[in-house]
Amino acid sequence: MSRKLLDLWVGIFVAMGLAGVLFLALKVGNISAGNFAETYPLTAKFANIGGLKVRAPVKSAGVVVGRVADIRFDAKDYEAVVTFHINESYRFPKDTFALILTAGLLGEQYIGLDPGGDEKMLQANDVITKTQSAVVLESLISQFMFNKASEGPTE
Amino acid sequence: MSEPKHGAWSTVVAMVTHLGHRVTSALQQLGFVARFFVVLLLSSGQSFRRIHLTIRELYFSGFQSLLIIMVSGLFIGMVLGMQGYETLQRYGSADALGVLVALSLVRELGPVVAGLLFASRAGSAITAEIGLMKATEQLTAMDMMAVNPIGRVVAPRFWGGVISMPLLAALFSVAGIFGGYLIGVVFIGVDEGAFWSQMGASVDFYHDIWSGIIKSFVFGIAVSLIAVFEGYDAVPTAEGVSSSIKSTVVQSALAILALDFVLTSFMLREA
Amino acid sequence: MSDDNLVEIKDLDFAYDDRPILKGISMQIPRGKVVAIMGGSGCGKTTLLRLIGGQLKPSRGEVLVDGLSVPKLRHDELYDLRRRMGMLFQFGALFTDISVFDNVAYQMREHTDLPEELIRDLVLLKLNAVGLRGADQLMPAELSGGMARRVALARAISLDPMLIMYDEPFAGLDPISLGVIGQLIRKLNDALGATSIMVTHDIQESLQIVDYIYFMSDGKVVAMGTPDEIRASQHPFVHQFVFAQADGPVPFHYPAKPLVEELLGKAAHERA
Repeated sequence: MSRKLLDLWVGIFVAMGLAGVLFLALKVGNISAGNFAETYPLTAKFANIGGLKVRAPVKSAGVVVGRVADIRFDAKDYEAVVTFHINESYRFPKDTFALILTAGLLGEQYIGLDPGGDEKMLQANDVITKTQSAVVLESLISQFMFNKASEGPTE
Repeated sequence: MSEPKHGAWSTVVAMVTHLGHRVTSALQQLGFVARFFVVLLLSSGQSFRRIHLTIRELYFSGFQSLLIIMVSGLFIGMVLGMQGYETLQRYGSADALGVLVALSLVRELGPVVAGLLFASRAGSAITAEIGLMKATEQLTAMDMMAVNPIGRVVAPRFWGGVISMPLLAALFSVAGIFGGYLIGVVFIGVDEGAFWSQMGASVDFYHDIWSGIIKSFVFGIAVSLIAVFEGYDAVPTAEGVSSSIKSTVVQSALAILALDFVLTSFMLREA
Repeated sequence: MSDDNLVEIKDLDFAYDDRPILKGISMQIPRGKVVAIMGGSGCGKTTLLRLIGGQLKPSRGEVLVDGLSVPKLRHDELYDLRRRMGMLFQFGALFTDISVFDNVAYQMREHTDLPEELIRDLVLLKLNAVGLRGADQLMPAELSGGMARRVALARAISLDPMLIMYDEPFAGLDPISLGVIGQLIRKLNDALGATSIMVTHDIQESLQIVDYIYFMSDGKVVAMGTPDEIRASQHPFVHQFVFAQADGPVPFHYPAKPLVEELLGKAAHERA
């Protein structure tokens, strides 16, 4: 086989392989410029984070604006300290509300940001004070049953 | 040691001795491989300075494995599509089929199955080629012509394998995802938008795809090293070469599965 | 060492693990001569060639090639020396994945910066010298044993070496090819002004072409001389070798117990 033909086939092979990696990155991994954009960290404290995991999305109005970077336990206040990285191009007011939400009934948990009306914007490393913890199914059920019981047998 | 009179006792001693011998010879073999690897790396200069040496090996180990890799990937993806749908629809989450297919492929099946196929298709061919060159004194002849056979014959085959492997694993995953798409979306009728968007939302580039690429790269190093070493170390006879080919396939398979366990546990811990 | 010896071997010992192969060999190979090293199979002839080529290291003694001590050379110095050596392997050892032309061109391409046109001319000249210019585009698998040996010879002389070594050049050849190779060895040696060492057990062919012969047996040099001296030699080993007698100093039987004892075994002992 001539050198040229061999080079051609190898060129096709390598190009296909790289195209495969690119396909995985763009279509499957859904990588976009945003994944490499500059981010800034924010922190929020929750009484209970439920099943929140590192790398869970941070969404505002349903759009992913960042990802959870770190989850720690604060032994002084007995609270969970969640650090997340927000895309540099998005800014949120000081009085933004952070909630832990669930995608669907049994889906993964994520952080939702509900912007307030403050003029001042959150800066890097700021702490979000207004938070709402995860809804834990067990407490929801027991609460529901407790309410039912307290209503008493009305019928 | 005094001669034990008891029959059972001497059997035990013989077994322990045998075990000790196995361990020391395994360690010795490992030492040989390590030294060989260092020499291989030191003699790798010409694989890149005279790139056509490596390009030729990319053709033989990469391009020629393309068909089997992509066809196998397609079939595995189609099976994943059927099995995944069967399971997911019980929980009413057939939309997550894309996620299941893509994650299984890029994290595990792509690197591992492509690695196993690569070992039996290209690895055995590399061992056979080098072993036959040794058996017919071609390597000795080369050495006598002042051409280093490790630099000229072994290193290009090694690098050809190392470069081919991640590309083949990626193509395996792509073919598999296409196979899953074919079964799930085209035949069963899972919603196409959900298939791709859920996949995109749940597959992370760094933690899933990149770790798969790292795995396939490590497997490529392991398989290529085993293949060239077995060929270079072959007993220079027809039986010797055929037994080296066999051990290339066996050792590669074991190495891939063991390394996969180690790498996976590290990667999951990191996440 | 005197200047007229290209290769000098002094008091050389070599052992594989604990098994001694060569025991105190000394030889002188004069420049410009064709020297044969003869002996039965397994007497260490090929090992000797590998020691001269630096592929093995002796356990004791000295190998000098062109004044350089081969066992003491560094890797790159050894490779420099090997560029001036050519070696013909027992079965040719041609590279099976490239054509006859590329085989002969191999060392020129590896070791020189000659332009491709010049390499082409040189390769065709070398192939012409062995009578195979017309076969340059064949693959090694398409050659007969004798032709492959000639191509390997062309490859061995491709860089005009000062020393050519032949490992059993006549093994497995038909009488015609055998004669052709024999004549080529002599002619090429004289045409190139090289020195040749030939390891063989083909006594009749060798006697016609070589200048000097060493006989080896059991890792030692047992006899030496010019072809005429060898023919006239009364040395029992040489006599056995030259006239191909089955029994002599080299026994027909591998060392064993006497046959009677082996067959009758215990019975013989018990009766005694």
